[in-house]
Amino acid sequence: MRRATQLVLLIGWLGYALLPWYLPEGMSLTQFGWLSGYPLGKAGSALALALSGEAPWLLPVGLALLVATAFCRGADSGKVARVLVAAGAAGLAVFFLQGFGIVLKGSAAGWAMALFGADVAQGGMGGGAFLTVLSLLLLTCHGLAYRGYCRGDLFTTSAIGIVVLLIGLFIFWPVMVILKSALVDQNGHVALSAFSDRFFSATIWGLGCVSGGTSCGVAWNTLILAVLTGVITTLLGLACALLLQRTAMPGKRLMRALTVLPIITPPFVIGLALILLFGRSGFFTGIMADWFGFPRSRWIYGLPGVLLAQVLAFAPIAFLVLIGVVQGISPSLEEASQTLGAGRWQTFSTVTWPLLRPGIANAFLLGFVESMADFGNPLVLGGNFEVLSTKIFFAVVGAAYNQGQAAVLAMVLLAFTLGAFWLQQGWLGGKSYTTVTGKGDAGLPTPLPRRVTWLAGLAVAPWVALTLVIYLVILVGGFVKTMGRDYTPTLEHYRTGFAIDFSRGLFFEGAAWNSFFTTLKVAAISAPLTALIGLLTAYLLTRQKFSGRGTLEFATMLSFAIPGTVLGVAYILAFNVPPIEITGTGLILIIAFVFRNMPVGVRSGIAGLSQIDKSLDEASTTLRARSFTTLWRVVLPLLRPALVAALVYSFVRSMTAVSAVIFLVSAEYNLATAYIVGRVEAGEFGLAIAYSSVLIVVMAAGIGLIQLGVGERKLGRRQVGRRKVVALSSSVSDPISQGAAS
Amino acid sequence: MTKAGPASVEFRNVSMRYGAVTAVDDVSFAIEAGKLVTLLGPSGCGKTTTLRMIAGLEIASAGQILIGGKDVTRLSAADRDVSMVFQSYALFPHMSVLENAAYGPTVKGLGKDVAREMALSKLALVGLKGFENRYPSELSGGQQQRVAVARALVLEPQVLLFDEPLSNLDAKLRRRVREEIRELQQSLNLTVAYVTHDQEEALAVSDRIIVMSNSRIAQEGAPRELYEEPANAFVADFIGDANLIDVTIRSVAEGRADVAIGSASISLPARGLGPGPARVAVRPESLILSEATGEGLPGTIRKCTYLGNHLDIIVATEAADLFVVQYGARPMLAEGAPVKLGFANSGVTLIPPD
Repeated sequence: MRRATQLVLLIGWLGYALLPWYLPEGMSLTQFGWLSGYPLGKAGSALALALSGEAPWLLPVGLALLVATAFCRGADSGKVARVLVAAGAAGLAVFFLQGFGIVLKGSAAGWAMALFGADVAQGGMGGGAFLTVLSLLLLTCHGLAYRGYCRGDLFTTSAIGIVVLLIGLFIFWPVMVILKSALVDQNGHVALSAFSDRFFSATIWGLGCVSGGTSCGVAWNTLILAVLTGVITTLLGLACALLLQRTAMPGKRLMRALTVLPIITPPFVIGLALILLFGRSGFFTGIMADWFGFPRSRWIYGLPGVLLAQVLAFAPIAFLVLIGVVQGISPSLEEASQTLGAGRWQTFSTVTWPLLRPGIANAFLLGFVESMADFGNPLVLGGNFEVLSTKIFFAVVGAAYNQGQAAVLAMVLLAFTLGAFWLQQGWLGGKSYTTVTGKGDAGLPTPLPRRVTWLAGLAVAPWVALTLVIYLVILVGGFVKTMGRDYTPTLEHYRTGFAIDFSRGLFFEGAAWNSFFTTLKVAAISAPLTALIGLLTAYLLTRQKFSGRGTLEFATMLSFAIPGTVLGVAYILAFNVPPIEITGTGLILIIAFVFRNMPVGVRSGIAGLSQIDKSLDEASTTLRARSFTTLWRVVLPLLRPALVAALVYSFVRSMTAVSAVIFLVSAEYNLATAYIVGRVEAGEFGLAIAYSSVLIVVMAAGIGLIQLGVGERKLGRRQVGRRKVVALSSSVSDPISQGAAS
Repeated sequence: MTKAGPASVEFRNVSMRYGAVTAVDDVSFAIEAGKLVTLLGPSGCGKTTTLRMIAGLEIASAGQILIGGKDVTRLSAADRDVSMVFQSYALFPHMSVLENAAYGPTVKGLGKDVAREMALSKLALVGLKGFENRYPSELSGGQQQRVAVARALVLEPQVLLFDEPLSNLDAKLRRRVREEIRELQQSLNLTVAYVTHDQEEALAVSDRIIVMSNSRIAQEGAPRELYEEPANAFVADFIGDANLIDVTIRSVAEGRADVAIGSASISLPARGLGPGPARVAVRPESLILSEATGEGLPGTIRKCTYLGNHLDIIVATEAADLFVVQYGARPMLAEGAPVKLGFANSGVTLIPPD
């Protein structure tokens, strides 16, 4: 019996006997009216409610805690372990049975209500229930550890337990809820024929565009777009990573900053800027028409426009993934190849390229999935080119509300993204790509072969140029009256959004402040949580052996495969009613962000961990360090690039996400992007672009802070013409690059 | 900090299975406290798995493992008082030499100054004074190896494990480092389990050697025992060189066997064998060449190679082609010359047939 287990028991009793079990209405930390009647009543503790007969079904939960407490001091460690496992598991079972069973009168789980003799519906669970279930879970995990699971490591089993519970509650369950609605009709009865009609509809699978005439099915549109986006973003990201890391190219700093800017831009803003540039009355269209007589056309609306916008938006993500991998390649491998008589090109094609493959697969997968889930750009630029995510959105919010159709479309989308995942696994096979080994590495990175340099340069140049122009538009757009028509300079847009009145003390008068502060808060809270859970999961997946590991990996991918619109709807359906009733709160926004962005943390963690030799972990373990210490002192410092990528990415995504949260925001908790979309709909492009510029600057500052906090990974490698440890720059103009490039 | 001192290690019928593959099959042995025992065998014989089970990096599928008489079978590596020197050294690349060495006491929560003191004293012990602030990548292979040893020694573990610690060093250095490891072990009175596939290394450093083959123990004993009285053909062949000759035991009397090797016959300790077919392992230096007119097994010279301090000779006989080593400044022998082969008193051992 270790102290950790005693602490867990204490937490359990705190949650069960002291804290309010349910989430009381009107809870606040300054006024305590909601506490009336404590320990009974709405804010009552489970112990009091169970003993007083108000909620007798909570009694077995306490019984489980009691049994665990009674036996935990036993001398026979084998018996203690068995009791802990049994009591914890039984407690969990009862907990979930009553939680999901005793909900609404006349619901499908009426038998559970009869079983517990309950005749009232329960409210949403609160802090007490949370601590209790956490304690029961940890007791089970500790018991399993005492029995020798995961080499008897409490931290590992507990981490697995927590990750599994979280993924089950916040990924699997909402998905189940939404998929269930694909199979039932409006009245809640199972209707398979309606399902198959929807599923095999020509609007999804039609091939009209091949034979000519009509347009193709929405599934084909999405697939083509995603593959094109994935390939192009990966190539651009790779070209950029290689150029930055392996050449003495001029203007590296500028390029780094530029490649990173699109990441911190709300996605639809790029679409908006493209319209302002290339639309019928756009800047370039005007020039081409006036000077060269090209007819004004709407070519930007459709596949070309969406593809362009997505490439601009997602190539930086591929870059962030790939630069870590390019750095991780041990220079001595390439030196070895050269000493074996291979030229630069041979070395690149036979050593460097194969080592890059896991990173490339990851980058492609990210681009592919991002494109599929993207909703802002197709919404703005799609025209008649429909993709699954917009179709789902209109099925939910459009005139013809059709939850079943949305669910069917979501299933198609899910199938595509999962297919991509399996392809990637197959390609990488069981090869080992460990290149950061326990031996110190003393080598110099090989310069790129000349033809690769030229090719990369040619690919990157137009991308950089276009990005520059787009940001010029965004910058200028906020300071002129109407972009495209009236270029009179003005500060009016900023005044509307961000005016501060000092006459009566500090008063945030501007219309945008409310959503701005909420966004900052939510992003700042969810980013570290996302990185924590993502990297922890990656560590479990790569470094620990336990049954069900494959399922866990699948589940983490699942949350990435769900497009934001569907996740938003699923969360509304799943969390609008007890036992977890959190819609309309800030909590649901945080949870949505954490579980939506978690796969990025997992992916970058896995890519980083696969380059760290396992014997480093083992060395730490044999020096008496427990898993947690090993993780903290050995793995994490070596994982810094992955950590930075995860933190930056989740912070940025939380600030810029639209699709997932457009359903989840409320009047009290509005987010910046939802507000901007509202302005766009109202035709206030000036304010929308001004607000977007502010977001971009804020995110750049946030990223700079994260980098300062996390610092660089010290591998002690020799570097060409540089001091060993590069000084950190916190300048806003050079945001992600350094930490990611460390 | 109470120092536990060296502890014994005992394996009782330990097996390790990965799915259908058995890496270690029903292995039992004991390592006395304060002794250096080598696990020796070809790659894939299960020796590294055995070492990792002592460390707790692998949990045995069956059997019992005791350290210092305490059952640790299901204890995790972090709960065992065992340290390990890895083949790759596994030095933390983001930490300096001092931080690497101080890692054990630091994570144990012994405080910064104490950890630093302990690390410095062990670094001095392995001769790395003045290298404290370097990073592993700035050290040579031999220096990295010393850091790994110092890091493992810092907590003064009950048992110290070495996983092929010399395989990344050059030959001269290897000889020196193995002497240092042995001296360290003896002066600090450590229990050491040492994995290697190099039989010479094993003979040089060990108190006892456990030879493993195909997931099992082939033989266990002192270096001299293994060399002079191999229990089977595998051990005879793996430790040193041996000529394996098929023979017939004619009769056994008072523990001595009358053995026919081709037309010659010799008397050897029977080692529990009865009359019938058997084999004899003969060390190359135990074959004595004499004039064709003398006593012994007749043969002709096939090949004679000059190797500085000795000659490598292959002699064709009616039993087999035999490998003979002759030390000292002997004259070269002409190919095809007829000779007689005699057998020395040691280095000729009866072993059971396959």
